[in-house]
Amino acid sequence: MSMFWTIWISVITLGTIVGSYLLLRWNLTNYTGHPEGESMGHEFDGIVEINNPLPRWWTILFYLTIVWSFFYLALYPGLGSFEGFLGWRSSNQDVRTLEESAQARIDAKEGEYLVQYDRELDFAAEKFDPIFEAYAKVPVEELVKNEEAVKVGQRLFLQNCSQCHGSDARGNQGFPNLTDNDWLYGGTGAKIKETLTNGRNAAMPAWIDAMGEQGIKETVAYVLSLSGREMAENHDTLAEAGKARFMVCAACHGMDGKGNQMLGAPNLTDNTWLYGGSERAITETLTYGRNGVMPSFKKTLGDNKIHVVATYVYSLSH
Amino acid sequence: MSEISQAQPDYNYKVVRQFTIMTIIWGIVGMSLGVFIAAQLFAPALNFDIPWLTYSRLRPLHTNAVIFAFGGCALFATSYYIVQRTCQVRLFSDKLAQFTFWGWQAVIVAAVLTLPFGYTTSKEYAELEWPIDILIALVWVAYIINFFGTLAIRKVSHIYVANWFLGAFMLTVAVLHIGNSMALPVSFMKSYSLYAGAVDAMMQWWYGHNAVGFFLTAGFLGMMYYFVPKQAGRPVYSYRLSVVHFWALISLYIWAGPHHLHYTALPDWTQSLGMVMSVILFVPSWGGMINGIMTLSGAWHKLRTDPVLRFLIVSLSFYGMSTFEGPMMAIKTVNALSHYTDWTVGHVHSGALGWVAMVSIGSIYHLIPHLFGQKAMYSTKLVNVHFWFATIGVVLYIVAMWMSGVLQGLMWRAVNADGTLTYSFVESLEASKPFYVVRFVGGCFVVAGMLIMAYNTYRTVSAPKGSLVPEPAAA
Repeated sequence: MSMFWTIWISVITLGTIVGSYLLLRWNLTNYTGHPEGESMGHEFDGIVEINNPLPRWWTILFYLTIVWSFFYLALYPGLGSFEGFLGWRSSNQDVRTLEESAQARIDAKEGEYLVQYDRELDFAAEKFDPIFEAYAKVPVEELVKNEEAVKVGQRLFLQNCSQCHGSDARGNQGFPNLTDNDWLYGGTGAKIKETLTNGRNAAMPAWIDAMGEQGIKETVAYVLSLSGREMAENHDTLAEAGKARFMVCAACHGMDGKGNQMLGAPNLTDNTWLYGGSERAITETLTYGRNGVMPSFKKTLGDNKIHVVATYVYSLSH
Repeated sequence: MSEISQAQPDYNYKVVRQFTIMTIIWGIVGMSLGVFIAAQLFAPALNFDIPWLTYSRLRPLHTNAVIFAFGGCALFATSYYIVQRTCQVRLFSDKLAQFTFWGWQAVIVAAVLTLPFGYTTSKEYAELEWPIDILIALVWVAYIINFFGTLAIRKVSHIYVANWFLGAFMLTVAVLHIGNSMALPVSFMKSYSLYAGAVDAMMQWWYGHNAVGFFLTAGFLGMMYYFVPKQAGRPVYSYRLSVVHFWALISLYIWAGPHHLHYTALPDWTQSLGMVMSVILFVPSWGGMINGIMTLSGAWHKLRTDPVLRFLIVSLSFYGMSTFEGPMMAIKTVNALSHYTDWTVGHVHSGALGWVAMVSIGSIYHLIPHLFGQKAMYSTKLVNVHFWFATIGVVLYIVAMWMSGVLQGLMWRAVNADGTLTYSFVESLEASKPFYVVRFVGGCFVVAGMLIMAYNTYRTVSAPKGSLVPEPAAA
């Protein structure tokens, strides 16, 4: 902020407050020319005004708020770029990325600013971090027996994960069910942690250009047959043709269609469907492709909390 | 037309009558909408899956209807009445008066039509799209010309304090409305704000809080300064208190907007200034309450027999309470608890129902006999019943919202021993549900009171002129 604006803000702010003070002082004197307690000598539609003095307690209250305002504006930011003697800030307001935020925290500490948000983070870290550090030392497969830890994990899950996976963790269309022990990327403690830490980017390509509508239809028929189901019409012919086409799908989903957890390619034989298992939904998946995204929680939760969330998720199917 | 007394000038009461009747009608419409959306909050199925009936579209219609239709008509009616009577002169222009009446009704009808259909600028209390905004500005300028024109041709030497407040309200609302509504139209019913980001938010709440400060406070203080001394038959307590609290109120209120944006992207210095000015503002606000209530000193016994005076005095009590609560909620540490909770909703309604609606209702009960050639309302008893309905309704409403709001604030910040949040959002919503039912019941009381008022008004207006006389005093 330029000096001009700081002066501008300070002058009108202090001018308003000092003006209020002068207004009050002026009206504590009887300038009206009429004795106190008597009429002001004019009348409006029968209404008369009395020249009573200002109530004393009210006057004192006015003084107190004015005095307080000067203290407050001296201690806290208010008068333009003047930061106040306490060096208080609500947060590091100008940051735009997590990196900038981390740097701003360091700078604020060196500059001895009281950043309220940072202080709350520090306070929370000091109080709660040891709990999670202790949990992180126990492997997921062991920690799952600790009921309290699972509860903590569930609460973190409810705040951070339930938006997509649901508060019962049973998922939704496009968001995996975490309770059925059917894993896209693997269900060991280590694998769940990996998913949480780095996120996942699934890439099922769109096949409409390569296969054409007839090709899609045939492939759908074959995919249906993998889980023992059939197309409404001409199933056998279509599925037979689809089997040949499945060669390209096998690159990720495997020759037997049982999927590949290294790639996050779903098992197509178990009748568990991320985007729906109807003929129509599978046709849509094949035609347009799917791009499931699981975000990385490394920066928001940190390793120790991820460990506890992973324990909760593990507990759902173990 | 309007000869009440031969000694008085021939006042223009036609426009006052028009606005007075519409105040009651729009009051019923706006408050009923409020009750309906209050019911939706505990029974969401009541939107019947019809987009026009969803909470998101009816809520702005409710706020616009009660603030600008009900409150606006009450201000037009009383200001036109007050300025004529206290200046001892007929309105500056009858034609402008009619333009403001029909123009304002057109604005309201346009709001009723566009908001449910989803046309909105998304700025709170300024949702109406640009063509309607332009009509508002035109009506408002005509209103200002008419009001100040009347002041200019007044037959008395001084300008009465009620007119200071009314004048300040009109001028400032013009500046606020035009300033905040600046937008770039992209089609007939769509525009984009001229401001961006935090500046847009600041403009919006500079407008938003002064819609409260000037529309709902200064304007209604003007109303209070006429009808309280009139109804009480007592002199105004202190002229000098009027002077201090008027100038302090209008110069401090304009700063208070940033307290709506505590702990947001608004720069810290702006937040602090908003808070400091809001806290000082508490004192001049109470100046108005003191001046109104002390005007009754020596006539307290009238409260026992005069329900109209009860409306006016209770409205001042709610005004005092809200203007204590407001500065307190503007303090950052309190705001950290209250912000985004129902406490805010309760605070607004203790101002809107307790202060604005009650002072308007009291003033209108005073006005109607004068406007329609009667000596009294058809039934003073019904006025009293309305008073109790309104009071019970408001108390139920705000107590429910206080409890719900504080509960929400505490639940949202509650943490477990491990630092995780104790409650999910939906749990706090569940906890609020009983209070939403109580709030709905409170709202029903308020609307029932308004219906009683409409009936009483109908009987007063349709009775033969001069046939109604004050009932013998009853407790």
